[in-house]
Amino acid sequence: MIEVNNVDKSFGGNQVLFDVSAKFETGKVNMIIGQSGQGKSVLAKCIVGLHEVDNGSILYDGRNFSELEGFARRDIRKEIGMLFQGSALFDSMSVEDNVMFPLSMLTNMTKKEMQDRADFCLDRVNLLGKNKLFPAECSGGMQKRIAIARAIAMKPKYLFCDEPNSGLDPKTSIVIDNLIREITYEFNITTVVITHDMNSVIEIGDNIVFIHEGRNWWSGDSNSIITTENPEINGFVYASEFMKDIKALMQKKIQ
Amino acid sequence: MRRLNNIGKYFLMVRIIFSRPEKWKIFYVRIMNEIDIIGIKSLPIVALLSVFMGGVIALQTAANMTSPLLPEYTIGYITRSSTILEFSPTILSLILAGKIGSNIASEIGTMRVTEQIDALETMGINSLTYLVLPKIVGAVFFFPIMIIFSIGLSLIGGWLAVISSGLSNTETYIFGLRSFFLMSDIWYALIKAIVFAFVIVTLSSFYGYYTKGGALDVGRSSTQAVVISSVVILICNFFLTQMILL
Repeated sequence: MIEVNNVDKSFGGNQVLFDVSAKFETGKVNMIIGQSGQGKSVLAKCIVGLHEVDNGSILYDGRNFSELEGFARRDIRKEIGMLFQGSALFDSMSVEDNVMFPLSMLTNMTKKEMQDRADFCLDRVNLLGKNKLFPAECSGGMQKRIAIARAIAMKPKYLFCDEPNSGLDPKTSIVIDNLIREITYEFNITTVVITHDMNSVIEIGDNIVFIHEGRNWWSGDSNSIITTENPEINGFVYASEFMKDIKALMQKKIQ
Repeated sequence: MRRLNNIGKYFLMVRIIFSRPEKWKIFYVRIMNEIDIIGIKSLPIVALLSVFMGGVIALQTAANMTSPLLPEYTIGYITRSSTILEFSPTILSLILAGKIGSNIASEIGTMRVTEQIDALETMGINSLTYLVLPKIVGAVFFFPIMIIFSIGLSLIGGWLAVISSGLSNTETYIFGLRSFFLMSDIWYALIKAIVFAFVIVTLSSFYGYYTKGGALDVGRSSTQAVVISSVVILICNFFLTQMILL
């Protein structure tokens, strides 16, 4: 479990996060949602240590990540897999080398063991046989799947996905969503997904945290997001007439 | 204030770069790659520049020898001195700051804006040590070799120029090359090469690593890396000359 306690974060004089607290449970898909510029990506980067928090603490299964330094912090980072918005694959490496990269850098596995693990991960994301391609030769959806394969290569305890569906068509988005959900349940990972995509939220979100104006404005599950009367969350999730109709239909379904 | 802040950030970055690499085997492979990119792939341009610059130095020296009191071997002597003291270590480093510096800054800058550096950090890898240390080791190792190579070709260029234009003969030119030779001049050139290699790689990496934004900013970082590296090379050149030669 990841616990975020009373986190504040500023850049220069501009405060982005205000006293944010949240819990992300193990074996569940935890979503961080919110409009652009509200601080959800900053929160995610604080959690993984790419930004330092000004106040508050981040606990990984009780270990205070924000107070750790050097190798102790790196040990926790080795338990984290992250899927970046733009995939962040290493251009100069083949698909297989991208997946094997963390293994070769951080473990003492033999070449054969690394190859087997890379094949397993690529098979898991339905990309076995594409080992020798380079990222530039792959589509956006394939790049996301390669990034997922790389993220799970080290058997992470925590998986972060920053906008996993950005730039993907609806069908590919569903494939990626399902993959994230399956991996989370299969390997009992604490997964945190940062997204705007309401389809993903409803489909795979077990726990949802709504960040608004840099604060944890609302928390709940995928059922309660449909029934909530919170005006800010309704304004965000059900902004269009189409989504309002969907909400009405889903409320009927729940009743 | 921003400049002072950047200087502080630069020295902090250099301190982080010199950490223990994650895997020595991978570190070794990366050094070999960097020697290839920074060193071997620069050899053609170094060779071309050196031959022509050596030729031009010899011709200009000959053209300016208006006094009959000046011996003919002065052509070889001036060509050698100019090449060893200034042309090969300094002018070549300035040119390589453009070629290698922009390459390093744009490579690391692109990795920054496409979140590849964030990916390394979240994996628990020290991105600065992984990306920059092999470049420093590769450049510091190969720059002196490249400078020696350049000195040799430049002197050959000078010889070709004076022989083909009939301004002198081989014996006199070689006598000039050997006249008043000081081994300390070679050490001076090699020390400069090592310092300039370090300056080019670390400053270019600094501007690449701290790039913010997108493609335009990568271009801007690349330009800044070349300009600042060149200025710092000139300043270091002045102080190294003061310290070593005087």
